[in-house]
Amino acid sequence: MKYGLQFRDVFAAWESILDGVLVTLFLSVCTMVGGLVIGVACAAARVYGPGWLKRLVGTYVEVVRNTPLLVQLFLIFFGLPSFGLRLDGLTAAIIALVINLGAYTTEIVRAGLQAVPKAQVEAGHSLGLSGLQVFRHVVMFPALKAMFPALASQFVLLMLATSVVSQISVQDLFHAASIVQSRTFRDFEVYTVIGVLYLGLAFAFRGLFAGIYYWAFVRR
Amino acid sequence: MIRTFSYIDVMYLVAAARWTLALTVTAFAGSAVLGLALALARIAPVAPLRWITAAYIHVVQGTPLLVWLFLIFFGLPLTGISVNPWIAAAVAFSIYGSAFLGEIWRGALISIARTQWEAGASLGLSLYEQLRHVIVPQSIRVAIPPTVGFLVQLIKNTSLAATIGFVELTREGQLTAAGTYKPFAVYITVAAIYFAMCFPLTQWSRSLERKLDVAR
Repeated sequence: MKYGLQFRDVFAAWESILDGVLVTLFLSVCTMVGGLVIGVACAAARVYGPGWLKRLVGTYVEVVRNTPLLVQLFLIFFGLPSFGLRLDGLTAAIIALVINLGAYTTEIVRAGLQAVPKAQVEAGHSLGLSGLQVFRHVVMFPALKAMFPALASQFVLLMLATSVVSQISVQDLFHAASIVQSRTFRDFEVYTVIGVLYLGLAFAFRGLFAGIYYWAFVRR
Repeated sequence: MIRTFSYIDVMYLVAAARWTLALTVTAFAGSAVLGLALALARIAPVAPLRWITAAYIHVVQGTPLLVWLFLIFFGLPLTGISVNPWIAAAVAFSIYGSAFLGEIWRGALISIARTQWEAGASLGLSLYEQLRHVIVPQSIRVAIPPTVGFLVQLIKNTSLAATIGFVELTREGQLTAAGTYKPFAVYITVAAIYFAMCFPLTQWSRSLERKLDVAR
């Protein structure tokens, strides 16, 4: 059997695909911001906090990092309504993604904080700087520089992983693909186009992060 | 009639986990073969080979695993090859995994100092012999902890095979949740089973990292 590739029907549905791209971008950016906030808070708790808090954060990190995102998503979207907490797909997706990314960023930020030599912190203290001042002027900059590449690649992986939210019918880029596919039956063409779009998004994010890195750390 | 979520369902879920493991092992084997070839091609003294494999790795690492699964599951039948979920999942995971294992192993290979290659060459070893007897034995130590870590990623990622109807742990969880109307209990159990599979590997990877680092 000969099969000719036909992309016309897929391109005709560009509006649904564009909507999907926007939802994926929205999800990714929300999750990056939320995940970073959680990551910084948890890492600070893990490095500077009291013992019980360290253990609590450690448990959170281990539980999230050793279970699949898809199951976490199902647990929040299908499981929470058992307790009367009914979330719409987008909210559930953002919560699950932020919890997931938060665990990974916690580890990255923690490693970054611990990469700053102890002697430098002590030097800051001996100059009479307060704890907050030491953090702001001595720890933060080298720590950020050390953790940035790992954070950037984790963020790109996260952007690609947002495709699983289509499984709870959030209308992201991957969901748009299923819609177009069921309308046109051009499976191969649809998923090729979607794959190329994800690739483009991944390159765009990598470029953006590389630009930020250059602007913040190399230029000066 | 709605069943209750009982002991027998938990046992079904545990039994379904063996398909998760079977898929992981298959995918790991595929990823390892492809990944080894990629790692070697990435350090080969032939420039076009390096470019092509670098492009392959960039493309695979820049697209979601779900796209690969669907592309292969729905796309390959167009070429006349009939694909069942097993084969589609195994192929998709092998492609996906090879890009990551290839990079891990390339990193391990190039972490060995240039002088080691030269020492091998000055002893009259061929390129293959240098690799086989000098470089690989040393780089294995560097490669093992991240490879075990990658295995954890692979186990978690096999959950995506549920989306093309492959009945592994997550899919069995979906079926059980639909039958019992106890989604929270079911998915907590599913998560616990994943945790029981992944956590020991994570710990093992960590202790290997410590041990092999100390040995340095």
